[in-house]
Amino acid sequence: MANSGTEHTVKAFDSDINQLRGMVAEIGGRSEQAISKAMRALENSDLELAAEVVREDKLIDDLEKRIDELTFQTIALRAPMADDLRELIATFKISGVVERIGDYAKNIAKRVPIVTQTSRLTPISLLPSMSKIASELVRDALDAFARRDAELAMEVNRRDQIVDDFYNSIFRAVITHMIENPKDIGEAAHLLFIAKNLERIGDHATNVAEMVYFAATGEPMPERTRGENPATPLDDALSDEAD
Amino acid sequence: MNEDQKMQEPSESLDMTDSAPTNTPDGTDAPKMTARNVDVFYGEKQAIKNLSIDVSMDNVTAFIGPSGCGKSTFLRCMNRMNDTIPIARVTGEIRLEGDDIYAPQMDVVQLRARVGMVFQKPNPFPKSIYDNIAYGPRIHGLSTSKDELDHIVESSLQRAGLWGEVKDRLQDSGTALSGGQQQRLCIARAVAVDPEVILMDEPCSALDPIATAKIEELIDELRGKYAIVIVTHNMQQAARVSQKTAFFHLGTLVEYGDTTDIFTNPREEKTRDYITGRYG
Repeated sequence: MANSGTEHTVKAFDSDINQLRGMVAEIGGRSEQAISKAMRALENSDLELAAEVVREDKLIDDLEKRIDELTFQTIALRAPMADDLRELIATFKISGVVERIGDYAKNIAKRVPIVTQTSRLTPISLLPSMSKIASELVRDALDAFARRDAELAMEVNRRDQIVDDFYNSIFRAVITHMIENPKDIGEAAHLLFIAKNLERIGDHATNVAEMVYFAATGEPMPERTRGENPATPLDDALSDEAD
Repeated sequence: MNEDQKMQEPSESLDMTDSAPTNTPDGTDAPKMTARNVDVFYGEKQAIKNLSIDVSMDNVTAFIGPSGCGKSTFLRCMNRMNDTIPIARVTGEIRLEGDDIYAPQMDVVQLRARVGMVFQKPNPFPKSIYDNIAYGPRIHGLSTSKDELDHIVESSLQRAGLWGEVKDRLQDSGTALSGGQQQRLCIARAVAVDPEVILMDEPCSALDPIATAKIEELIDELRGKYAIVIVTHNMQQAARVSQKTAFFHLGTLVEYGDTTDIFTNPREEKTRDYITGRYG
């Protein structure tokens, strides 16, 4: 059942919930920005921008702590029930997941100084498109939270497959490149980690989507059905999303 | 009792008992009391509208809802306490183990022994602790000797978790006990006549949190031995002590289901608004 938006008799409860919604929107916005800045830093070999992403991750970490404190406090003081309870539990979990998304963006930024000469590596050309989709998943998952939109949450869950497919292509391309150019193995490995980080960001966006779905409907999200053809063992190993 | 309604089969359209325990071959979850299409009027005013519900032994059932929603009225119908109100009129059917409790041949005194009641304010008799418990068994002739009566008093007090606190002063007045002890004495008194159902109308609202916790623990211990129905304004209490919850609003049963579902994912918006504190 979606939240109808009717106000609580105790207004302070609404004010707590609204404050938390604002904070979730903020942590989501900051983590999306961290992804796009990290990718821009990578594309332009912009070390200054990369350093900024690393610095600003602290803000995301602090925000997570503040969200957790206020959620904890609200649960203790207001004894929420039904959709209020589900929303607060979702908020608590989403803040942790989004903080992890920030960490992945930071990890990408940290690799920028090491991967400055990789433009020769063809697979790198796929990364901007992959990151764009991963970033959109994060944005849509958080929009779904703000709107209690179970449908959009389902869609985020489905679209994560695109990120997984990108990762599989990049993995194969990087391995091929490594075989052909053993001297690039070091940098190519970093490139692979960056792709892996983006893939994990997509998975975390689906985690957020699952919590949004639960908060909105009170039911767990139906499991995502994989493609018709069962994945090869390699595909299976590559997409190690949290089961 | 309206003869037409007596003949009527339980309504399919307003069957709020979908999720109620059904008869099982071994009878474990069979309903102890069943209500079908119950209407209650106080004069012209209708207090309960076409209510159907099952109450089983294995679950504590909580009735919740805002003041005036009919939950206490319905509880009082379950052992015909409303008979004492001249303008009250009950139609429909309420059965205890299949016996129509509003049938002319039903002995109301006997009914109230089978369906005991504990009230909001502890109401021990101004008698000794012993006599408070012994009163019911005596008038119902449940014991033939002093020893047997002593045994009923002791086991009832034990069931109510009060024995340890009063065993050395059974001749003290029941009214000299603390509020929480008095309420447990009242529960012991209800238990003493070996009832099948115990109705509790806000049994903790006059008690402090410690005494409340003891009553709640007691309710949990009594579950399975008696069918227990509790009316409470304290939703946390309903969530803590019951396995089934019924939400009443303006005389109708809006939603009835597993307590965990009602408090985490109610189906009806009215229920949601009430339990989340958005009610009017």
